Amino acid sequence: MRGSRSGSRHLAAVGFFITPFAALFALFYLVPIGYAVVQSLYQVKRTGTFGPAHDVFGGLVQYRRVFSDSPFWQSVERVQLFGIVQVPVMLGLALILALLLDSGLVRGKRFFRLAFFLPYAVPGVVAAIMWGYLYSPNLSPFTAFTAHVHLLGADLVLWSIANVVTWVYVGYNMLIIYAALLAIPPEIYEAARIDGAGYFRIAWSIKIPMVLPAIVLTTVFSIIGTLQLLAEPQVFRSFSSAVSSTYTPNLTVYATSSVPNFHLAAAFSVVLALATFVLSFSFLKFTQRKGVQ
Amino acid sequence: MTVLTRRAAAMLVMAVCTVYFLTPLWWLFVGATKPGGRGVGLWFDHFQLGSNLHAVLTYQDGIFLRWLANSIAYTVGAAAIGTLLAAMCGYALAKYRFPGRETLFNIVLGGVLVPATALALPLFLLFSQAHAANTFWAVFLPSLVNPFGVYLARIYATSSVPDELLEAARIDGAGEVRSFFTLSVRLMAPALVTIFLFHFVAVWNNFLLPLIMLGNQKLFPVTLGLYTWNSQVDQRPELRGLVLVGACLSLAPMLIAFLSLQRFWRSGLGAGSLK
Repeated sequence: MRGSRSGSRHLAAVGFFITPFAALFALFYLVPIGYAVVQSLYQVKRTGTFGPAHDVFGGLVQYRRVFSDSPFWQSVERVQLFGIVQVPVMLGLALILALLLDSGLVRGKRFFRLAFFLPYAVPGVVAAIMWGYLYSPNLSPFTAFTAHVHLLGADLVLWSIANVVTWVYVGYNMLIIYAALLAIPPEIYEAARIDGAGYFRIAWSIKIPMVLPAIVLTTVFSIIGTLQLLAEPQVFRSFSSAVSSTYTPNLTVYATSSVPNFHLAAAFSVVLALATFVLSFSFLKFTQRKGVQ
Repeated sequence: MTVLTRRAAAMLVMAVCTVYFLTPLWWLFVGATKPGGRGVGLWFDHFQLGSNLHAVLTYQDGIFLRWLANSIAYTVGAAAIGTLLAAMCGYALAKYRFPGRETLFNIVLGGVLVPATALALPLFLLFSQAHAANTFWAVFLPSLVNPFGVYLARIYATSSVPDELLEAARIDGAGEVRSFFTLSVRLMAPALVTIFLFHFVAVWNNFLLPLIMLGNQKLFPVTLGLYTWNSQVDQRPELRGLVLVGACLSLAPMLIAFLSLQRFWRSGLGAGSLK
């Protein structure tokens, strides 16, 4: 495209292409965010104990409640712990499997690729129901194990949920990394092989640095996913009494909104969205500064 | 290590992982063929898949079939329209210069980083104000928006639609919109299938939005329906068997979509991370 001349010439077409998406994006992304911010600044006041309730401006009252709500901050710590362990395990496994698929050592690549990707077709709710039964002390095919190790008890249930998430997403992340590996021109390896570099050396010094942008992308999505954790713990509430109604930040939002206390729930939503945005954005910026992208 | 032991070690890792990834699905299938709720073993026992399917499909006047149909309506409709809108917007961002282009792109990128679940509650409040919360549209309309699709479409359009081709079409007198639908869409086709697939999965798996938005069982997508059944197992034990059969059945449409589109997603999947 050449400068502003061609731009202004096609302004009508540009409008045609952009308007439908932009309108829906504004309506169902920007307006709700704005509305949540506005709602979070109000509170319900009653005239007398049994008088009619009405909304009055409360400034930052709800945010003060958010910051002094200890179950919420416990849930934030819980998903942080979850993310620090689960995200590296999942992405490490995805990277190893992608490297193995790409190494030339494996026969039947098509089969393995499909077998590992298949769990991604299983919705979180269905995956959680399935694993909930597999963990159960009396319904599981592995009762010899599950009757003795309480996978649904307070100590382990977080990691049982982590396993469900890992099971669903390893294959998806593996495919993204594998696709990036396939895009590396094979001539690059030739020189290294002539120099006598083996599989591990080539993987460590050439392949991993070259697919780092793909790893960054999958990390950002995994961070967002971890902070959003909802369906799996919500399903696990019917398998395990250790999963409370405020087990993850998103469960807290849902529980608060069913009270109903919409103003406080809106404040939780705003804090959560902001935290997610800041965390994933700063991770992107951090890796960019390191010269990854 | 010799090449042979390396190969054996690599195949061993692959085999162990295959067992890990496929065993739960195998167990679910076997469980769905057994008399209600006896999902214990990993092998068939009193095979009665037919009568189990009948039980699921006729329970509560066939509500399960209704849920499946709802899921397909929400998902196919939203993914098809959503992909087209994302493709048009991403294409315009890639191929035209216009005032506000960078701002628009940055706002859309911000949308990728905002968790969709943070929007569910305010969307519910807004739809309630419009007296439309407990309706099909309350779930369908927000599902149309896919900022990540715009991001991908922009990358794909930049790499797969040459400017010279568009210039040639202009000289031949084709309008911009016509060039998009006749030329560019074809060049972007593998990428569009990838965007469609991602969008399809996201909407099919969507849980919080319908959970917050819908009270009427007849509007539930299948995920929410199965969740409701599963949380009632304690009061109604007959649901235990139905949940397993239903879960197994609910996977079928997605598996069909995956297998039939795999030729396409294989080629397009990685492009998002390459640039």
